[in-house]
Amino acid sequence: MSIQADPVAVDPAVVAPSEVQLTRRGRRARLGIFRNTKALVGVVILSFFIVVAIIGPWIAPYDPSKVTPESMLPPSAAHWLGTTGTGQDILSQLIVGTQGVMVVGLVAGILATIISVIVGVISGFIGGTGDEVLSLISNIFLVIPALPLIIIIAGLLPSAGGMTIALVIALTGWAWGARVLRAQTLSLRKRDFVEAARANGEPLWRIVFFEIMPNLTAIIASGFIGTVIFAILSEVTLAFIGVTSISTWNWGTVLFWAQSSQALVQGAWWWFVPAGLCIAAVGTSLTLINFGIDEFVNPRLRNTAASAGILRKKKIRARIGFTPVYRGEKKEGVA
Amino acid sequence: MKFLLRRVGFYLFTAWAAITLNFFIPRMLPGDPVQSLINKYQGRLSTDAINSLRVLFGLNTHTSLWQDYLSYWGNLFHGDFGISFTYFPTPVADVIAQSLPWTLMLVGISTIVGFVLGTLAGVGLGWRRGTWMDGLLPVANFFSAIPYFWLGLIAIAIFGVAIPLFPASGGYDGGLEPSFSWDFIGSALYHAALPALTIVISSVAGWILSMRNMMVTVSSEDYVTVAQAKGLPERRVMFGYAARNAVLPSISGFALSLGFIVGGTLVTEMVFSYPGIGYVLFQAIGSKDYPLMQGVFLIITLSVLVANMAADFVYAFLDPRTRQEG
Amino acid sequence: MTLASPTIRPVASASERTPVLQIRNLSVDYGYDDNAVHALQNVSLTLHAGEVLGLAGESGSGKSTLAYAATRLLPPPGVITGGEVLFTSSRDGHGGDLLRMSDAQLRAQRWRDTAIVFQGAMNSLNPVYTIGKQLIDGITAHSPRGQKEAAKRRAMELLDMVGIPKDRLSSYPHQLSGGMRQRVMIAMALALEPEVVIMDEPTTALDVVMQRQIVEQIMSLKNELGFSVIFITHDVSLLLELADRIAIMYGGNIVEDASAREVYREPRHPYTAGLLHSFPPLHGPRRELRGIPGSPPDLMHLPTGCNFHPRCPFAFDACTTIDPVLGPTRFEAEEPHRSVACLLHDPAAAPGPVPVELGVRPPGVSPLS
Repeated sequence: MSIQADPVAVDPAVVAPSEVQLTRRGRRARLGIFRNTKALVGVVILSFFIVVAIIGPWIAPYDPSKVTPESMLPPSAAHWLGTTGTGQDILSQLIVGTQGVMVVGLVAGILATIISVIVGVISGFIGGTGDEVLSLISNIFLVIPALPLIIIIAGLLPSAGGMTIALVIALTGWAWGARVLRAQTLSLRKRDFVEAARANGEPLWRIVFFEIMPNLTAIIASGFIGTVIFAILSEVTLAFIGVTSISTWNWGTVLFWAQSSQALVQGAWWWFVPAGLCIAAVGTSLTLINFGIDEFVNPRLRNTAASAGILRKKKIRARIGFTPVYRGEKKEGVA
Repeated sequence: MKFLLRRVGFYLFTAWAAITLNFFIPRMLPGDPVQSLINKYQGRLSTDAINSLRVLFGLNTHTSLWQDYLSYWGNLFHGDFGISFTYFPTPVADVIAQSLPWTLMLVGISTIVGFVLGTLAGVGLGWRRGTWMDGLLPVANFFSAIPYFWLGLIAIAIFGVAIPLFPASGGYDGGLEPSFSWDFIGSALYHAALPALTIVISSVAGWILSMRNMMVTVSSEDYVTVAQAKGLPERRVMFGYAARNAVLPSISGFALSLGFIVGGTLVTEMVFSYPGIGYVLFQAIGSKDYPLMQGVFLIITLSVLVANMAADFVYAFLDPRTRQEG
Repeated sequence: MTLASPTIRPVASASERTPVLQIRNLSVDYGYDDNAVHALQNVSLTLHAGEVLGLAGESGSGKSTLAYAATRLLPPPGVITGGEVLFTSSRDGHGGDLLRMSDAQLRAQRWRDTAIVFQGAMNSLNPVYTIGKQLIDGITAHSPRGQKEAAKRRAMELLDMVGIPKDRLSSYPHQLSGGMRQRVMIAMALALEPEVVIMDEPTTALDVVMQRQIVEQIMSLKNELGFSVIFITHDVSLLLELADRIAIMYGGNIVEDASAREVYREPRHPYTAGLLHSFPPLHGPRRELRGIPGSPPDLMHLPTGCNFHPRCPFAFDACTTIDPVLGPTRFEAEEPHRSVACLLHDPAAAPGPVPVELGVRPPGVSPLS
């Protein structure tokens, strides 16, 4: 992640207060985002689910759809997460369902990111009427509530499979990324190195791909992750309310069957708790990665995050307006 | 004033776009859904209903698209969204009119409560960094990644089934008639407690995180240091200078994510069988009740637009820079 | 930018001058771990009552760090690692060590005793409040409750003092020009008639005409109200005109501390001499403009010994190993009030007499050391 030539570009006001920090940031930037503990934890959790998504069908202990007489069994050695009302193995459903969740999240995320990059960068770069029109369109898509719209479209479609859902989610979820990218492109466009490239007579595509895009990497990545979270939540929600096809497994489908089979009333917690935890874990891992990117881009956030441990150990309270006085082992001057 | 006029113009345009989208979506989809519906509701659909369905899906070959569009608008202005199948023969408008107040009360109040609580907590966390309270951040992070409906399921399992403190479904006691009596209002509040708690808990985390980051960013602005240099009381600097400015982007963020939040809260209603718009939508999906789905979508969109506009007014009130000309 | 020629001000002897702000051995780090940058190392500086003290140096020399650390306003990751900052009122003698004060004591002390005019007034005013509100809240925070009306009258008075119409009290910062905002900041700093006013590059963002007006205004207000000023700037020529005394900073240390006239006519530190050769002289014969070779030091990787030695034309072997401390010049007998941090002035370490350029004597003194 050393592509980010100038992380300060996000917001001119973000420039660190002292000249000293500039050099420190340079060093940090080279070490990259993966030095960030939060991001690292996120990557580890996410990798786990990605691996499960890939090898899921082979490692699932049972056929997730197979109806057996062993219904409503609590977790046991044979069925680690118990069974459903029709005797299906819940662990197998979760393992097999991971793929559906991940693929839809990924596809929707990629499609939406492509749309948002195209709309955002063009909009920010061309300016004028074109920009006004594109911004208007993205703002409209932002304020129109996406989930009800997705529900309507998915509900009207004769049979909404995973790919269709991914497409619909992408079509409704690109606007936020486009908005952020537009703002950033707008500020990049006025910067010296872009002006210089223009003055040199570099072709437009070259300026966009070699001067502007590399400086948008972090924002594009963060927008992509945000969209994947949105896509996963939407997809699981759609499956839960029964809009999408219930014949393929994903975590939402598991919850759909749990809800419609009165698992709650019967106290079958093993049926609905693990699926939710899976969703929350994937969501958390993605937000952690996004925090890492945020802290990477915004030095103010990073400074506080990186040194939290040392501060606690030395009992220094770093705050605005009351510079701490630290004379060796004990804290002084702060009442 | 110019800022607000521009915003109002934008919302009117967006409303038009949403309504038009609503008109075209059924027309762009493949197949003949009307025929399948007629088959499904064997004999229960009147000729009138079938005709209005054909208009809805643009299958009426006698009229042009433009004429359809005009009559669609005409119907909207008369408050005519068609007839609901689920609640046959109640008009969609009536179904919505009955359920909308429930949603406005539940979703409206709990969303605002969540925003206010989360923002306050974010102010504290962003201001006093490096204390034990930072330990709350991973928790908030986890909660912000949980889907609303699942938290609803857990809430029901714990407080509705395992420890039956609260009713697990419905909007009021079945034995009561909706009225403005204390009995009824008390029962309605009692039923709303669990879904409201769910919405507050799942939305509050997101606000905490975004407000904290805004506080961190704003705290290093020069004017905050100036406020400290002036020797103002800590609270005055924290709320009057740092939080006062950090809340501005938070409010625009609130406006922009309303659409997303409302989507989540509607599903919460479904989980709790709460008699609001979300539950109606759930019913409509179950029985492929297209007129009702579209009516619900329109009313949700319009409500979100109105809420957005309100947030913009608050923003303009709080930020003098938007009030200047140009 | 010629306000007045660097006139020869009578340099009061040390015993007559009462110190209001004494910074002693102040050390500041950026960062909290072992990799922390040592931005200031044992810096000492004294501001006397009624004095204008100029603080000059290249960016990164630590001049702003010194001012903000001394007032405990340095933002994270700044941390003060040692020293003391003594404020002593020249009016009633109250005061104490700012570094050992509790939050409440510090808050009470701020603005009443020491005020700051920040660099770049654009960001120093809160954009969402009227300037009146921002003037008034500083006043009311230090006065008994229920003094709102008095505070408002005072705010109007202050605006009037810096030449801004009183009705501007209800204006927002974005409705004012850059020069007006800077005047508002000055008015705000003077609200409680502090004894010390720190000005951090108050004119940097302004155009030349506006700079001149603001500087003149500061000086006339200073004469009227009698506060002491620490004036931070990279513009040495500006300081030569308005400062009584100038401290030159390099690489987190003060390298020379002398009267403005002495700095201009008789620099004792090679860096000061280099600075003076970086801009055209205001008066007198033209000099060769040379600038200083090399670039400002990286505080992450300071050289051993004297921080300036890699760029110093007079450096000798000992400079690479011994870090000079601020001490008397080779002409201590005649100029006991001035100090310099250079081994050339240390008779024990210097290889020979002070080079001619650094040994210019005042008229009437024999050029012998």
